[in-house]
Amino acid sequence: MVSDTSRLGFYLLLAPILLWLVLLIILPHVGLFVVSISEKIGPREYETGFDNYAAFFTEPLYWRTFARTAIMSILATALTLILGFPIAYYIAKLTRGRTKTTLFLMCMIPFWVSELVRTFGWMILLRETGVFSNVLQYLGVVSGPVEMLYNDAAIMVGLVYTSILFMVVPLVTTLDSLDDSLIEAGYDLGGTSTSILREIVIPHAMPGIVSGCIVVFMLSLGNYLTPILLGGKDSLWFTGMIYTQFITRFNWELGSAFGFLLLALSSFVVFLGLKLSGQSLSETMGRS
Amino acid sequence: MLRGDLLTVPQPDLVCQDLTKDFDSFRAVDHVSFDVPQGSFFSILGPSGCGKTTLLRMIAGFQSPTGGDLRIKGKSMIGVPPNKRPVSMVFQHLALFPTMNIGDNVGFGLRQRGVAKAEIKTRVGEVLERVGLPGVSARRVDQLSGGQKQRVAIARCMVLEPDVLLLDEPLGALDLKLREHMKVEMKSLQAAFNTTFVYITHDQSEALVMSDNIAVMNNGRFEQIGTPHEVYHAPSTAFVAGFVGEANKVTAKVSAMRGQHVKLISDAGTEMIVDTPQTGLDVGTWAEVFLRPEIIALGPANDDEGMNVQLGTVESVLFNGANSTVTVKDKTGSLMNVALPQTGAFANLRKGDAVVTHWDPRHARCYPVGS
Amino acid sequence: MRISLVSSLAVVAALTAQSAQAETLRLLTWGGYAPEEVIAMFEAETGHTVEVTTSNNEEMIAKLRATSGGGFDLAQPSQDRIASAQEEFGIYKPIDMSRVNADLFIPSMLSATASNTTYDGEVYGVPHVWGTSGLVVNTAMAGDVTDYADLCDASVSGKVSYRLKRPTLIGFAYSMGLDPFAAYSDTAAYQDILDQVEAKLTECKPNVKTYWDGGDEIKNLLRSGEVVASMAWDTGGWQLNADNPDITFVAPEAGALGWIDTFVLPARGRADDAAYDWINFVMQPEIAAMITNTAGNFTAAVDGDAGVSADLKARYQGSFDQAAIDNIKWYPPVPAGLEALEGATLDRINAAN
Repeated sequence: MVSDTSRLGFYLLLAPILLWLVLLIILPHVGLFVVSISEKIGPREYETGFDNYAAFFTEPLYWRTFARTAIMSILATALTLILGFPIAYYIAKLTRGRTKTTLFLMCMIPFWVSELVRTFGWMILLRETGVFSNVLQYLGVVSGPVEMLYNDAAIMVGLVYTSILFMVVPLVTTLDSLDDSLIEAGYDLGGTSTSILREIVIPHAMPGIVSGCIVVFMLSLGNYLTPILLGGKDSLWFTGMIYTQFITRFNWELGSAFGFLLLALSSFVVFLGLKLSGQSLSETMGRS
Repeated sequence: MLRGDLLTVPQPDLVCQDLTKDFDSFRAVDHVSFDVPQGSFFSILGPSGCGKTTLLRMIAGFQSPTGGDLRIKGKSMIGVPPNKRPVSMVFQHLALFPTMNIGDNVGFGLRQRGVAKAEIKTRVGEVLERVGLPGVSARRVDQLSGGQKQRVAIARCMVLEPDVLLLDEPLGALDLKLREHMKVEMKSLQAAFNTTFVYITHDQSEALVMSDNIAVMNNGRFEQIGTPHEVYHAPSTAFVAGFVGEANKVTAKVSAMRGQHVKLISDAGTEMIVDTPQTGLDVGTWAEVFLRPEIIALGPANDDEGMNVQLGTVESVLFNGANSTVTVKDKTGSLMNVALPQTGAFANLRKGDAVVTHWDPRHARCYPVGS
Repeated sequence: MRISLVSSLAVVAALTAQSAQAETLRLLTWGGYAPEEVIAMFEAETGHTVEVTTSNNEEMIAKLRATSGGGFDLAQPSQDRIASAQEEFGIYKPIDMSRVNADLFIPSMLSATASNTTYDGEVYGVPHVWGTSGLVVNTAMAGDVTDYADLCDASVSGKVSYRLKRPTLIGFAYSMGLDPFAAYSDTAAYQDILDQVEAKLTECKPNVKTYWDGGDEIKNLLRSGEVVASMAWDTGGWQLNADNPDITFVAPEAGALGWIDTFVLPARGRADDAAYDWINFVMQPEIAAMITNTAGNFTAAVDGDAGVSADLKARYQGSFDQAAIDNIKWYPPVPAGLEALEGATLDRINAAN
């Protein structure tokens, strides 16, 4: 009797999660997969097959863009980590009380406006007639206007800026849990700042590093606005390609196949990252 | 070892001179001077907030003194960073690195010195054997018991052969039984390594059991430095008398003085006679009298031999084996803790029984109030 | 005389509205095509309420495709994108021409649109707003740019922008002396044209500062002087002209590309009455002029240009003389499947280095 009611409670608690999972995640993906394996042979005529996936591998533009997107995202993740780690360390270990809250808040302020506005902000700064170009001319560093927009470096800046918070937050959480006495013990035993960072701080922060990297990598890979707006003539991004297939080409079949390939790519890279860093997904996500 | 001997040792391992540390408006350590001879076990005993942790962290190098000097083996350590000092520290919660196994923990310091891998392995194995934990190198930190972790923490420091080992209340987290055991073990490890230990604690029994010398610290100052025996039996201040060991404290007014004999009347009106070399007492001044439970003798109700005799009734009996005490209420209503003789006499004492207490004036300690 | 005609029409409209059930009209349209004041007047007169969603051609079709023609009661894609979308996805329903007040429309545009949007013998669209795309040029800095191909001239290197979309392919094809619209029905011939355009645009790539994506983006680039010549819509050029007289819309020598945005009924629309009421309401000359003043483009309404601001008329006349108007290349319906060929060409241009 008791177990019956507790079981009922268990299912009631489980129901929203299950509904969310089934309705918003599994069903759309099943639908997407069905679309991705249908080949168009004429108006309103479709056949089942894997031609859309084959198209991806036979058309160099597609898989090159795919590889480019993956490599740029990995690079953006690495840059975010290199930039975010000192910030997180400073917030977690070298500040207390109000300063800590203020700094944390300052990291979050850019996220109070939409991604579009943030990206436009960067465009105002980087464009030929923009703030940076004018300041450099005023200081006499350059003689004429410089264009800093519309290239891969601009995309990188945008991606790092967009995702740094998602790196800093898990890092602060894990670094906060690092007992100061461990660092002191490291110094006491003759360690230098570098060896303590390498042997004590980084191993401890590993779950935070990995989960931050996973989130940032996913965000970069799935970013659409930043590469489109800040990127140049050759700056193709895979999500842009999916958008094009769905919206301007009316080719939902190929777009769905691309969507699935993107899912596979991100899963594969995350899996690889976990294997290389020796972390397990459950541990990483549980800790931070 | 007596205090006089300390000064004759040619070069003490650790010398502190007028060491002072100020935090904003607060002075945590106030002109502390002491020296610790090679191979001795030195404890700093004091209540929390007395400045003992700050003092230890200055020795380790985590905090720099506001004033004074600190020398280890004759060399001043002012401005020397912690990783360049010939001291090692066992932290309060041990601070074993949870991301490394035991071998890597113990070998950490040697790795920093660039010792060859093979040599690290042998030396780690040796030191673990010396602390009684052979073959645990490959285990994870969380696979060890509290006492084993304790020994690993000591081994991690000792493998570096430091001149001074600092210990920051490392027994605090252990349960009572293990703590008693570790006291003995710590003392024998110290003897085996023959390294100078500086140990801070708020637990007087740890300090008394293990130390060659104890410094009792209060409000940033050293109240007394001496052997455990001196500190226990000849406390030089009221604070030491109250903090080290059990004592009944009575506030009383001096009513007459003849040489070392002082006659006092307590708040409640009880008369007593104390022999004390203390200066600063005069007729009409207030004093604090400290009576350890074991100096008070019990007698049958009709016994009136001895001095400072009081008739009273038993308020409660606290049986605790060899440390059993009774609380006696005298006719003025004041309470007094008295140790039960271990001979088995008075074993049948019950609440309400009439008894007589008396004590030797030479065994009481008496200090002017506000000294 | 005309005023009394209009007011009597309004009365008629009001009467018909009262006889019908008040409905909510979910309108899928372009920015500027449904100004607030027009909506307020329409709601006051008919009792219907209007919900506006702004979009563009491709998203309109994508949205309607996703819901199989549901979610909206009236949409406004361009006329060349209707028959093929209907053939492929079946997202529209035919227009009941008896419910549209044909007197309000310029007859030639109404009939041209009807024939262009006919699929399986049924008419799917009536015209609303028309305009062109061509060149927007900063005449002080790039006065020599008079045709699409001039964007590849070395004198404007690095200060040129266009979209990587089908109008660019078609504009360049005309500029190169080809006739892409004539080749629409002949896939092989069209592919041949596309290949030539691809070579041209690939060669032109170093001249381009960036491929623009949104209307605001290209206006910003032109306004700041970072771009001095671009392919864009006429309205964008005229808006910029109001701020900077040097910048204006230029009808290219090869011909501006003319488009007509229409009214279509989504297949699963629920408020057809309100939709027909809206069509008949906004095609009245005064209302049409109001829309022209906000959208910047002229409408297919009879006398719809009478109430248009003098400034806009002047700019229009500055860009188009009679020869230029006669030279406008009107988009014919896009045959199904053509976009796939164009898409592949655009992808290759994008990927070329």
